[in-house]
Amino acid sequence: MSLDLRIPMGLMFTLTGLILTVFGFVTNGNAGLYAKSLGINANLWWGLVLLAFGIIMFLLGRAGQKRLASQPPESTEEGEERRGH
Amino acid sequence: MKLTGVDWLIMVLYFVFVLGIGFALKRYMKTSKDFFQAGRALPAWICGLAFISANLGAQEVIGMGASGAKYGLQTAHFYGIGAIPAMIFVGLFMMPFYYGSKARSVPEFLRLRFDEKTRGLNACSFAVMTVFSSGISMYAMARLIQALHVFDGLFYALGWPQGGIFTFAIVLSAIIVLLYIFLGGLTSAIYNEVLQFFLIIAGFLPLVLLGLRNIGGWNGMKAAVAQVDPRMLHEWHGIMHPSTNLMGIDLFGLTMGLGFALGAGYWCTDFLVIQTAMASRNLDSARRVPLIAGIPKMVFPFLVILPGLLAISLTTPHTKTIVTTENGVIVHRTVVVSPEAENGRGLVPAKVNPVTGKPMLDANGKPLLDYDMATPNMLLHYFPTGILGLGLTALLASFMSGMAGNVTAFNTVFTYDLYQSYIRKNAPDRHYLAVGRWATVGGILLSICTAYAAIGFNNIMDTLQLVFSFVNAPLFATFLLGMFWKRTTGHGAFSGLVAGTLGAMLHHGLTLPAEANVGIHGGWITVLHRYPSDMAQNFYAAIFAFTANLVVAVLVSLVTKPKPESELVGLVHSLTPKPDLGHLPWWKRPEALAVGVLVGAIALNIFFA
Repeated sequence: MSLDLRIPMGLMFTLTGLILTVFGFVTNGNAGLYAKSLGINANLWWGLVLLAFGIIMFLLGRAGQKRLASQPPESTEEGEERRGH
Repeated sequence: MKLTGVDWLIMVLYFVFVLGIGFALKRYMKTSKDFFQAGRALPAWICGLAFISANLGAQEVIGMGASGAKYGLQTAHFYGIGAIPAMIFVGLFMMPFYYGSKARSVPEFLRLRFDEKTRGLNACSFAVMTVFSSGISMYAMARLIQALHVFDGLFYALGWPQGGIFTFAIVLSAIIVLLYIFLGGLTSAIYNEVLQFFLIIAGFLPLVLLGLRNIGGWNGMKAAVAQVDPRMLHEWHGIMHPSTNLMGIDLFGLTMGLGFALGAGYWCTDFLVIQTAMASRNLDSARRVPLIAGIPKMVFPFLVILPGLLAISLTTPHTKTIVTTENGVIVHRTVVVSPEAENGRGLVPAKVNPVTGKPMLDANGKPLLDYDMATPNMLLHYFPTGILGLGLTALLASFMSGMAGNVTAFNTVFTYDLYQSYIRKNAPDRHYLAVGRWATVGGILLSICTAYAAIGFNNIMDTLQLVFSFVNAPLFATFLLGMFWKRTTGHGAFSGLVAGTLGAMLHHGLTLPAEANVGIHGGWITVLHRYPSDMAQNFYAAIFAFTANLVVAVLVSLVTKPKPESELVGLVHSLTPKPDLGHLPWWKRPEALAVGVLVGAIALNIFFA
């Protein structure tokens, strides 16, 4: 399978994190909005966490795909058969 | 609830990615093996996360929150006793036969090991159950969407009748799940389960953190829960006798019923979860899949049970008038709380009779609580718009991936075990790929029918779940005998399964939980025994079914002719060479991982004791 899940997943969390961060930044100081989350700007902080997670996933996925491209395709079934089945 | 553009944006973003992954995978779906088995080429960590996500449907997320609010930390038994030991067992001891036998599904394994009729029985009952489960999941989602008023604003803005929300929710989820499975098969389903896994963490971790902060940390929660019921703080205290713990169970029923018969029956034999492990790239990975899944499984009690526990221990909202002075004018501001919330406990609302508007009372005159709303209400209580969209997306994602897992399990079993075996053998592979795609459509249509049937017949969900329990309870005995006793015969396995199911029905007909009426809860033959709780009845039903299966299968096997040993190589423990692990350093072997997970699970139980 040559679609590494980490790439679309990383992208999705990066975008979600970006949306939350920007929204949190714009609404920062809006006491009415953040009364629910105990005065914490949950959007800004959690958005940053998701942004970091998304970027890390994306980079890992990219690195994995580069590694895969530089290597010959890994044998799966054959390797299994050799080991005594 | 009011959703704003940001919430919608996050939700739409998720749908775009889900469908995008489906479209991106379409070009890799060349053979039926790609479609049904994900080409058997996925990395272990992806399959491992999908392994637990397949079970983590929203009913699980909401149900565990509800159970946390009702029974407290005792709910963790479903993880520590019910799941993790079984996951270790299936990884270490059963996966070599599932994966190594090259069976494409669990029923197919039964045909290789036993005979055609055992496979037929299992395949038919399994196909029916997956379709109904997916329908129940759909129904639950549509109900929750109605209860949370997710689409109300949208419908109002578009001028559509509010009565159409139920149908809209069902059709929307059906189309999305259909599209991504039709395009990407099992790979799509597994990728989405992994996506959902991370979304659940992204949506629920901030919820737990905010809730804990509000209540004064772990110790603050302990103090608040002790006000509700101090027994909720302990997983193991009072387990020796049903009257001293909230679930009304005892040690034997718990370990044998939940741990051995029910837990192992689910995690070791249900193709819904096993299909993810069978999609991994080689036997070592396949064995590691359930073990990798065990690691997050240890953490999930914190994410899904704590919201319920926090919800019940917060202060109950009441209608109150706040008097303030603004610019010399005295202002009376009244915060009106619905009767549901006011008669509830914490954030768990009371059940209100829809006709009279009065809260429903139990036998002791206390209001009945709607525990299923514990987790959703926590989301609404703590999340401001923005992150609220993320929380709702996590819930929707778990509903849809729960459906998707059922649908892929259905299309595989239908195509390989029913269509290819009984309707059309020896067709070209392309044909089975097409059949699998259309089976997906058929399975989803049947699920929609189930969801609508659930509106008309109030009891249909309970009835279905009851029937599933009759069929599932004895399964583990069949697999255990088949894999570890070479003398077990096909006739033995088949009659054992039938006897186990009959045993479960008979047990249900003769027993009744305390404070329940004869009928759907049991006792419809005559009441011979009363259990202290429905949980206890459930666990003992599994023990009875398991024992009936075991005894009948052994007896019948002893008087029928077994398969020759040469046909059982790779299917039975004593006739299969041990997996060769010489090429792996010790810390990479599945056994090392299993010991790690086991130690973690024991530590978790001691922590919650």
